[in-house]
Amino acid sequence: MSKVEVKQKATSKWVCGGVNEHQRRTAGHFWQRPITNVAVLALLLACLPLALTSGFHYHLAVLVGINATIAISLNLLMGYAGQVSLGHAGFVALGAYGTAILSSRYGWPVPLALVSSAAGAALIAFVVGRPILRLKGYYLALGTLGLGMIIYLVISNEVWLTGGPDGMPVPVLELFGGRLTGPADWYWLIAVMLLLVFWLSTNLIHAPLGRALRALEGPEAVAGSVGIDVPRSKLLVFTLSAAIAALMGGFLALYAGFISPSLADFLHSIELALMVLVGGLGSVVGSIIGAALITLLPQVLTVVEEYETLVYGLILIGVMMFMPRGLLSSIIDLWRRIKR
Amino acid sequence: MSALEVISLSKEFGGVHAIEDLSFNISPGSVHSIIGPNGAGKTTLLNLITGIYQPTQGEVRLFGDSMAGMPVHARVMAGLGRTFQTPQVCMHMTALENVMLGRHIHLDGRFLPTALRLPRILSGEREARHRAAELMEYVGLADYLNDEPGSMPYGALKRLEVARALACEPKLLLLDEPAAGLGASEKADLTGLIEKLSGAGLTIVLVEHDMKLVMSISQHILVINYGQKLAEGQPTEVRRNPDVVAAYLGSAV
Repeated sequence: MSKVEVKQKATSKWVCGGVNEHQRRTAGHFWQRPITNVAVLALLLACLPLALTSGFHYHLAVLVGINATIAISLNLLMGYAGQVSLGHAGFVALGAYGTAILSSRYGWPVPLALVSSAAGAALIAFVVGRPILRLKGYYLALGTLGLGMIIYLVISNEVWLTGGPDGMPVPVLELFGGRLTGPADWYWLIAVMLLLVFWLSTNLIHAPLGRALRALEGPEAVAGSVGIDVPRSKLLVFTLSAAIAALMGGFLALYAGFISPSLADFLHSIELALMVLVGGLGSVVGSIIGAALITLLPQVLTVVEEYETLVYGLILIGVMMFMPRGLLSSIIDLWRRIKR
Repeated sequence: MSALEVISLSKEFGGVHAIEDLSFNISPGSVHSIIGPNGAGKTTLLNLITGIYQPTQGEVRLFGDSMAGMPVHARVMAGLGRTFQTPQVCMHMTALENVMLGRHIHLDGRFLPTALRLPRILSGEREARHRAAELMEYVGLADYLNDEPGSMPYGALKRLEVARALACEPKLLLLDEPAAGLGASEKADLTGLIEKLSGAGLTIVLVEHDMKLVMSISQHILVINYGQKLAEGQPTEVRRNPDVVAAYLGSAV
């Protein structure tokens, strides 16, 4: 495009030419495009079963997939919009219990129960989000922590509905006339969910809406000064994040076949936040890596037997100390250094 | 029609009158400065105009429209752009992305089109990138496009804010102490930039301490003290006003 064309195209009165060079320098590379990322992940997910040799491997892959999807949803909130949540497991549990209660106690079709629970959790997030998201920093962390604890308490005390601390069974998921029973069936379902949420998140990030969300992490005056409705944007990402977490919670319940209040436990929230932190705040790919690490580490560490928890803790401390920006960016930095 | 009308505006903070019954008009297309000693209420006034504070009494009108009860972001949509006294930029974004942020109100930020990545989102992004690059060049930051704000000099950050504010396509631009912390040559560049913007028809409101800058580029000056209007008029009149000299300028000017 010549300078003259640029001038004609632009409608602003503050026009100046010569942006060809800028455009070339600032346009994303092929491998940075959202669609490329989605295609690569799809390929990886399609090829992964080649490495999965037993039912147990599939089981782990399903757990990683579910956790990765939840971690991505939490990362949208924490990493991109900069709003800490220490109660995210509460939404996972809402989705799980909603699905279980609606289908087994009230006889709803399972898919309908699943979607309704996610919608219900989103509604709760929408209603509770407005007051909670007025809080900032530590206070927001405590506010979300409180929210998670309330959900935990309700689930463990309303025995008539949830079975209380004993937990409750969940019916088997039937989809397209078939019953999903084995981990291998579940693998493909969860892979599709992970891919969908990954696609949605990358679309969100590489768009005006995503940039507006990322601005929330900066000085709050900035967002307002460019016309971003700060409370509304926070509420949007909080609700979206809760909806995804609840949906995956529903899947988790259906996959496990049995749920207990520990789903809503504070430690579960911490674990989810850890996945995001370890993978890297503000990195969707990082969340998948973080979720894989936090999910698989305890399995791998069974080799050190009684020292498992100790080594687990040391590894986490090490990651946080030496890779504060998360595993993914540290790996990329290392790769660059080696290449040079 | 006035670009900005402030009508008997008052703001109290627990009995302290930060702004008291203040009225003034700003005509379109001019450079209008608001000056006053420290604690005179300039920042409060700015916060009332931009909507960070809601007034105790009175109202602000932008191009004839009342801003009463309107939150900050809605005023931006009504044509109000601003920069900050100390540059407020998103450190985790590149300089260009910071300016692209300014395109927000002109882009489609709805959830569903974004989630489905409709063509309008892609074309909006391209347009935003293009315009942001143009504006950065316009304010003299063509060399900083992909830089992180953390590595940019202070003066460049102030320009970056101007570019971001311009990206909103405001009808009125509020500059909060744009010259603070700048060196002599940077100040000269800034003066040139303000004149260029004013020449393009933009209404500019300047809150500034640098008297040389204020006197040289303003068509109109408002002096406030103790939250009230002390004087108003052309630079030459204000400079001669004995109240202003006593309260603010000192005997040297």
